[in-house]
Amino acid sequence: MNELLEMLSFSFMQRAFIVGVPVALCAALLGVSLVLKRYAMIGDGLSHVGFGALAIASAFNLAPLWVSVPVVVISAFLLLRLSESSKIKGDSAIAIISSGALAIGVVVATAGNGMNTDLSNYLFGSILATSEGDAILSVCLSVVVLIMFIFFYGKIFAVTFDESFSKATGVNSGAYNMIIALLTALTIVIGMRIMGTLLISSLIIFPALTSMRLCKTYKRVIICSSIVSVVCFIAGIVGSYFLETPTGATIVIMNMIMFLVFTVLSKVRGR
Amino acid sequence: MPIIECKNISMSYDGVTVFDSLSFSVESGDYLCIVGENGSGKSTLMKGLLGLKPLKSGEIIYSDGLKRNEIGYLPQQTGAQKDFPASVYEVVLSGRLNKRGFAPFYSRADKKAALDNMERLGIMKLKNRCYRELSGGQQQRVLLARALCATSKLLILDEPVTGLDPLAASEMYDIIKKLNKENGITVIMVSHDIVAAVDKADYILHLSNKELFFGSTADYTHSEIGSRFLYHNCHCEGCERHSKHHHDVSHIKHYTGEQN
Repeated sequence: MNELLEMLSFSFMQRAFIVGVPVALCAALLGVSLVLKRYAMIGDGLSHVGFGALAIASAFNLAPLWVSVPVVVISAFLLLRLSESSKIKGDSAIAIISSGALAIGVVVATAGNGMNTDLSNYLFGSILATSEGDAILSVCLSVVVLIMFIFFYGKIFAVTFDESFSKATGVNSGAYNMIIALLTALTIVIGMRIMGTLLISSLIIFPALTSMRLCKTYKRVIICSSIVSVVCFIAGIVGSYFLETPTGATIVIMNMIMFLVFTVLSKVRGR
Repeated sequence: MPIIECKNISMSYDGVTVFDSLSFSVESGDYLCIVGENGSGKSTLMKGLLGLKPLKSGEIIYSDGLKRNEIGYLPQQTGAQKDFPASVYEVVLSGRLNKRGFAPFYSRADKKAALDNMERLGIMKLKNRCYRELSGGQQQRVLLARALCATSKLLILDEPVTGLDPLAASEMYDIIKKLNKENGITVIMVSHDIVAAVDKADYILHLSNKELFFGSTADYTHSEIGSRFLYHNCHCEGCERHSKHHHDVSHIKHYTGEQN
C-alpha cells in the first residue's frame, strides 16, 4: 500500500494517469468502430506518420504536438480517401504511407546526431516524455473526443454497421467517416507519447476484440471495451513501475492477458 | 403522378456503359421487379435510384412527396455484418436515424416506431438477441424492419432472398407482398429469381445487354424476352411463335446432319 502511495507521489506518474486514462478510453471507443469497419490497421499507419512528424518536429526544435496533430489528421483523411478509391486497396495504401513516414522520420532524425534517446522514446513510448503543457493539451483533446463520440454515438453505429443503408437513407456517411478518422488521429497522437509508435495500435485493437469475445450487443461491447482498456492501462502502468519494465509494452501484455482470459471464458460459456 | 420517373437515364460501371437511355416510371403503390442476368446493370440502376451513384445522362424525378430520407432500403449483407455484435433492437432502431437530424439521442417516437415495425414483422421475441446469431431469414426480417423504420412510402430491395432456404424465401416474398398490398408501400425489388418475380410483382423491368422490357407482368410473360426465361403453358399465337423460335436448333451446325 505504501509503495502504491509512493508511486502516486511522483509527478510523472500522476501525469501518466491523467493523460493516459482518457486516451485509453477514447482508443477503446473508437477501436470498436475501426475493428468492425476493417480499418484496424489505419491506427498503425497513423502512428507511423505521427512518428515521422515527431522526428521532424524535434529536428527543428518545434513543439511536438503542434506539428504532429495537423500532420496526422491530414493523413487520416488521405488514408480514408485512398481506401475508398479502388486503385490502391486499403491495406496496401496504409503500408505505403506508414513505411514511408517511418523512413522519413528516421532519416530526418538521424541526419543531425544519430539515433538519440528521444527517438527510442517515440518508438516504444515513455511516461517521462510528457511535459505539463502536453498533458493539458492531451486531456483537452481527449475530452473533445469523448464528447463527440457520445454526441454521434447513434450515427457512428449506423455508419459502422451498414454504410450503404445509411447513405441511401440520407445520412451523410462520408462526414461521419471523416469524424471517426479525425477522432482516431487525435487519439493516436496523444497516446503515442506513452505507448510508443509501435504499440499504440494495440491500444485501439485489443479492447474491442477482447470485449467482442463475450458481448453480444453494440452498447455492451462499447462499455466493456472502455472498462477493459482503462483497467489494462492502469494495470500496465502499475506493473511497469514495480517490475521496472517499459510502460507501453507492459500495457500491451496486460491487454494480451485480458484477451486470452476473455477467449477462454467465451469458450467455456459456449460449451 | 409517378413516385419515381426515370427519363432516358444512362449509367456506367468502371467506365463501361451498362445501359443506355432507359425510361420507366413507378406509380405509388406499384410492385416493380427489376430482373436480368449478372452484369446487366440491375445493381447499378438501383444505386442510381438511391442516389449512391451518379447518372451518366438523363434524369430521375422523384415526386414532390418523396424526400431522400423517406426511402427504405434493404441492401445485400456485407461480410462485416456477419460478425458484428449488435442486438436486433439496436439494428432496427438505427433505421430511424435519418429522421433525427442532429439530435444525438433517439426520441420516444423513434423507439415506438422500432418496436411497432418489429411487431409487424414478427421478430419481437428476437429483440435482445444478437444479430449475428440469427438465421438468414431472421436477419433479412431485421433489416426489413429497419428499412420500414426509414420509410412508409417506398422500399427498395436488393436481392432480398439471396442465400435463404426455400421456406424462408417464400415467407420473405409473402411479407413483401403484404406490405405492398395492405400498407400501400411502393416496392422496387432487384432479383435474379424471374419465376418468383412474375408470380409476385405487378410490373417487370428486364435489363439485358441488348434488349429491354418494361411493362406489366402479364405482358412480360407473353413477350419474347420473358418467354426465354419462363416455362409456361400458354398457347397464344405470340408464345407459340417464341417457343418455336427458341426450340429451333437449325442454326447449330452439329444438328443439321452435315457431319454425317
